[in-house]
Amino acid sequence: MLKTNYAKGLGLMLACLLLGASMWMSIILGYTNTSWKMAIDAFLHNDGSNEHIVITTVRLPRALIGASVGASLAMAGALMQALTKNPLASPSIFGINAGAGFFIVLVITFFHVSSFQAFTWFAFLGAAIAAVSVFVISASGKEGMTPIKLTLAGTAVAALFSSLTQGMLSANEKALEEVLFWLAGSVSGRKLDMLAAVFPYLSMAWIGAFLLAPKVNVLMLGDDVAAGLGQRINMVKLAAAILVVLLAGGSVAVAGPIGFIGMMVPHIARGVVGTDHRWLLPYCALMGGILLVLADISARYVLMPQEVPVGIMTALIGVPFFIYIARRGILKK
Amino acid sequence: MKKKYLSLRMTNYLSFLIDKKAVIISLVLLMFGLIVFLVSLGMGSAYISPLNVAKTLFGSGTDMEKIVIHTFRLPRVIVALFVGMSLAVAGAILQGMIRNPLASPDVLGMTSGAAAAVVAFLALFSDQNHSLTISIHWLPLGAFVGATVSVLLVYMLAWKNGISPFRLVLIGIGISALMQAGTTFLMITGPIYRASQANVWITGSIYGASWKDVAFLVPWALILLMISIVSARKLNIQELGDEIALGVGVSLQRQRLFLLLLSTALTGGAVAFAGGIGFVGLMAPHMARRLVGSSFGALLPAAALLGAILVMLADLVGRTMFAPLEVPAGVFTAALGAPYFIYLLYKSRQ
Repeated sequence: MLKTNYAKGLGLMLACLLLGASMWMSIILGYTNTSWKMAIDAFLHNDGSNEHIVITTVRLPRALIGASVGASLAMAGALMQALTKNPLASPSIFGINAGAGFFIVLVITFFHVSSFQAFTWFAFLGAAIAAVSVFVISASGKEGMTPIKLTLAGTAVAALFSSLTQGMLSANEKALEEVLFWLAGSVSGRKLDMLAAVFPYLSMAWIGAFLLAPKVNVLMLGDDVAAGLGQRINMVKLAAAILVVLLAGGSVAVAGPIGFIGMMVPHIARGVVGTDHRWLLPYCALMGGILLVLADISARYVLMPQEVPVGIMTALIGVPFFIYIARRGILKK
Repeated sequence: MKKKYLSLRMTNYLSFLIDKKAVIISLVLLMFGLIVFLVSLGMGSAYISPLNVAKTLFGSGTDMEKIVIHTFRLPRVIVALFVGMSLAVAGAILQGMIRNPLASPDVLGMTSGAAAAVVAFLALFSDQNHSLTISIHWLPLGAFVGATVSVLLVYMLAWKNGISPFRLVLIGIGISALMQAGTTFLMITGPIYRASQANVWITGSIYGASWKDVAFLVPWALILLMISIVSARKLNIQELGDEIALGVGVSLQRQRLFLLLLSTALTGGAVAFAGGIGFVGLMAPHMARRLVGSSFGALLPAAALLGAILVMLADLVGRTMFAPLEVPAGVFTAALGAPYFIYLLYKSRQ
């Protein structure tokens, strides 16, 4: 673990470089053969050749979307884990991704909405509804919000939304074709416009999360201590919840429900910089971006020339990690 | 003073202490189930009154009624009946063992394991023209194998000096996610027709059940339901908590494995014939507990009846409400199950 601020800052720079390198790889590697020289040419003097078009319209958006979505999901996961004190908390396991996904499929199949702006708002709505229901369900009952109730309530809400989604799709075969790839979670085939539509919300949420970090640190000491130190804990929790909804909802609107990034990355980042959220959140953002971009690159090579949705790759890496955390015991401090 | 409990003691292994109120409630449920059964048989594109349905079942009735009921509706309703009972009892067993009302076959990865196996089956045994190379009747076996494999995987990974119920649930969630990823992978790489075929199955539907299905499912379910009733005593002890169960001399882990396999076998059978009909295993045992209390001798039959009623109703609504479009029964159980679930949790606050 990095101890001094100097080491942490250096680590952060290194992570930035790694993210840049992996995005660069994401632009170069793939089915269409391109070299780094070609990539530079495509940006500086684009001659309209096939490779240059692939680089600017397909690969570049993909790398940017992968990095922003990965960063957002990882930060959402870190905030949720801090908020619930549950190491398994993340947008996918607590049903937030499934809620956003359900609302998007709903508007595609029934209301024939195709404007991406509308998608985004419905994704936020779905994420918010799922988050509120998980919270209300798990906070009810005599013993309050225990880790097991929270986890189970999340799973039940996720199961509800995904079975409703499947029901809608089984009634409408054409829609299934359209949304199946999206539903598995993927960053390919998206235009830059889509990222541009959600980017304001995502970047607002990133800044908000960094500003909230010191308050989250206090909250981690426990509700009583935080209240004793003069913190308005409910306000902080509400703010964190809104940030989670923006981050997760925005990610789902662009890339579909990609799982396990939000659960894994905060653990890895905590192993590197410890639990101070002022450092943890930036690390999560960078590492989440790196992980998703790398997973996306590997998704291109598994079944070449066909592509595998990156959501499947993250599940393949994420499930063993999840099982490891679950076995280690989530009640342990 | 009037005795409130009825004790039934046949042998040392088969004895129940049953609340008299529970007996009455179970009888009421049985009557209600019978009515749903008759109404389900009568409703559809050709309406037949419940009285005529009863007549037809006992041999009289017009030829048309006989054909409609015997060849089309009866097998379907019987499958719904047994699927509902199996899922409900499987859920009741899991909830008793894990001692948490939120545990259910869906949460433990049984349903998603079976779904993955079904899609894999469709992918492996399809030829170039997208038609199956072996008989579709092997599909249920595939589903059952999938459910069993995923539960055994969950069980092994959750083992750490024994099984703690909480760890079991968590690992179940993880394996579930893995199985879902596998399912999506197979659906995306395959042709779209297969995807939609698989999607209907995953959502849970009893569409096209035949007498052949009945002949497979009913003996399977009946034997397992019988074993479950006999195991009610074990469940009663499990529910008291690890210390007490150990204190009264139970080999806790062995019993847990046995109960887990029992509920997998029940779920596997149901999922094989009807796909992933969700929330029945969660809802029915819950409602039964509210009605008859938590002694498993009374709980299991009541849960089974409620499960049967739920699935029959969901199937009935699914095939009549939007006719001629068939909506999978699983959509209705989920739409009904989730609000009910939230209501229950809300109520438990008071």
